[in-house]
Amino acid sequence: MPDLKIKISDLYKIFGSNGAAHIDKVRNGVGKTELLEKHGHVLGLQNINIDIFAGRIQVIMGLSGSGKSTLIRHINRLIEPTTGQIMIDGKDVLSMSASELLHFRRFDASMVFQKFALLPHRTVLANTTYGLSMQGIEQSEAEKRASHWLERVGLAGFEDRFPAQLSGGMQQRVGLARALATDADILLMDEAFSALDPLIRADMQGILLDLQSELHKTIVFITHDLDEALRIGDDIAILRDGNLVQQGSSQDIVLNPADDYVADFTKDINRARVLTLGTLSHQEPSVDGIALDSALTLEQAMNDLAASEKEAITVTKDGQMIGQVTMRDMIYAASRVKAGDGDTVTYR
Amino acid sequence: MALIDWSKITLTDPPQMPREVLRELKKGIDGTFREFSRGYGEAIENFFHPLLMFLKWFQDLLIETPWPLILVILGALSWWGSRSWKMVVGTVVAFLFIGWLDMWEDTMATLAIVSVATLLCIAIGIPIGILMARSDRVQAMILPVLDIMQTIPSFVYLIPVVMLLGIGKVPGLLAVMIYAIPPIVRLTNLGIRLVDKEVLEAADAFGSSYWQKLFQVQIPLALPNIFAGVNQTIMMALSMVVIAAMIGVPGLGVPVLRAVSNQYLALGVMNGLAIVAIAIIFDRVSQAFGKRLQKHREGEHGA
Ligand SMILES: Nc1ncnc2c1ncn2[C@@H]1O[C@H](COP(=O)(O)OP(=O)(O)OP(=O)(O)O)[C@@H](O)[C@H]1O
Ligand SMILES: [Mg+2]
Repeated sequence: MPDLKIKISDLYKIFGSNGAAHIDKVRNGVGKTELLEKHGHVLGLQNINIDIFAGRIQVIMGLSGSGKSTLIRHINRLIEPTTGQIMIDGKDVLSMSASELLHFRRFDASMVFQKFALLPHRTVLANTTYGLSMQGIEQSEAEKRASHWLERVGLAGFEDRFPAQLSGGMQQRVGLARALATDADILLMDEAFSALDPLIRADMQGILLDLQSELHKTIVFITHDLDEALRIGDDIAILRDGNLVQQGSSQDIVLNPADDYVADFTKDINRARVLTLGTLSHQEPSVDGIALDSALTLEQAMNDLAASEKEAITVTKDGQMIGQVTMRDMIYAASRVKAGDGDTVTYR
Repeated sequence: MALIDWSKITLTDPPQMPREVLRELKKGIDGTFREFSRGYGEAIENFFHPLLMFLKWFQDLLIETPWPLILVILGALSWWGSRSWKMVVGTVVAFLFIGWLDMWEDTMATLAIVSVATLLCIAIGIPIGILMARSDRVQAMILPVLDIMQTIPSFVYLIPVVMLLGIGKVPGLLAVMIYAIPPIVRLTNLGIRLVDKEVLEAADAFGSSYWQKLFQVQIPLALPNIFAGVNQTIMMALSMVVIAAMIGVPGLGVPVLRAVSNQYLALGVMNGLAIVAIAIIFDRVSQAFGKRLQKHREGEHGA
């Protein structure tokens, strides 16, 4: 198990003149609508408990207004909670003094924004050095590092442009370079790719995954798009009305949605592209199957199985046989039909 | 003592204070203020003394500087602001014309008071605007004051200013500033409040302190608005030139006043047009400069 990086416990946020006064009501089950209608306060987050591990991409999903932005802004304390605890690397973020908090924001966590939030009066290069100059790094060194990151996100040669002269995708690359330049362990991304066209968005996801495979940052990534969540998320958490309704791997979310809200998210996706052999693998390894790696998606596996004249797949992990999967298993899993066989998985 | 004179009320006369009471009230206020100015007038005058010295020095400097040098400086300023040869030529020709019509000295005096008033308005107005942008309470307190300053007839505040400081350059300068400072305060406040919330959040997320955010994000982004405020402040200061002349400020307003009382048509029109010429030059140059500040907003999409 990787190290615990961010631990959020018992976090509540109630927006309004006196949020703290209504905590007990919320704890006792008063919901978002009632709180707003009877008490004039907005329930932002309730009873949030989540562990985020070092080097992983934690996706947080939910519909508009479910509290995603509110949650991510608690991590660097752009929003103060009504009550709760946020521990990062074992340090309590909420008990930091003003100057400790500045230090934390400068060195330990950086952020990418949905609408880019670049400084329009500064060039691409000067935008990228912003975080570095907050760290007190000398100008020429800052520019050297900034140029390096601009190159990494594919913007070499654009250093002297102004943000307004760039397309949305390029502006967000600047946003990413600015965040990476500070060398912070934690990267907070609030719908960072939501404002981009589908093609550009896929492009940016690719860039992020490439960088992550070598940087191993702890990334908290907000999105309302399940395809995006499944593509880049190691872990996925789903928010509804300020509540975390499900946490797990992409496989968990797709196979065992906790409620209709989650099921609704997953209903339109191509399950064969998400589910992997490892998730479906059950029973004794059959001797006669074709051997395929557990990380393979069903789509690829079905293809391979159909092409081989065998009846089943022998699932392997690190060269070891761990179980078997039949064509029937895969068709059931891909088509959301509940199947009776096997006692480890039930499909919806 | 009754506060309403019931016997006087008719359909055309609304309830009124009894005449003697009203007279006593006015006398009381006047007396108190006179007392105050007798007591503190000198202290206040001393307080403003350095300002007076500076104004005198600056005005003499402008008047004694050789005219070709002044033309070069004005031409350079106009180039710096507008980057347009047309503006530079226009400026130089306008000032040559002013000199040719024997208005050089008055024009220099007017330039002196308008520049000092503008600089002081900027130095005082921008910090006030920043404070207003920071807090809704401060804004709610200052906005009505600005409204009063802009709508009250200038003659009304000339009275206490003259009672306190007498006739002269400093009271004139104060009168000009009272009238000219509201736009710079308003537009600084507005400009800072209009800065994109997400950009501010980004500044916070990267660990900017209050001052870093103010100087590196808020003020630069508010600059086009602040500059529009400076432009308006200059225009309003220029429009006070004649009224300032009434309380002893030298400059182009003085001949205008003389022209009014003696019915000298040509004198009045010439000096009036000189004020207009200066106003147009300042306006065009500062607007061109303001536009240049916003250059980065021009998108040439795609690259
Ligand atoms: N400053 C605030 N004052 C009052 N209510 C707020 C405030 N900020 C957010 N809220 C409320 O909290 C809830 C969660 O908002 P939040 O912005 O976190 O949602 P979100 O999941 O990020 O939505 P979106 O996908 O639209 O960005 C919403 O009901 C919103 O109206
Ligand atoms: Mg949001």
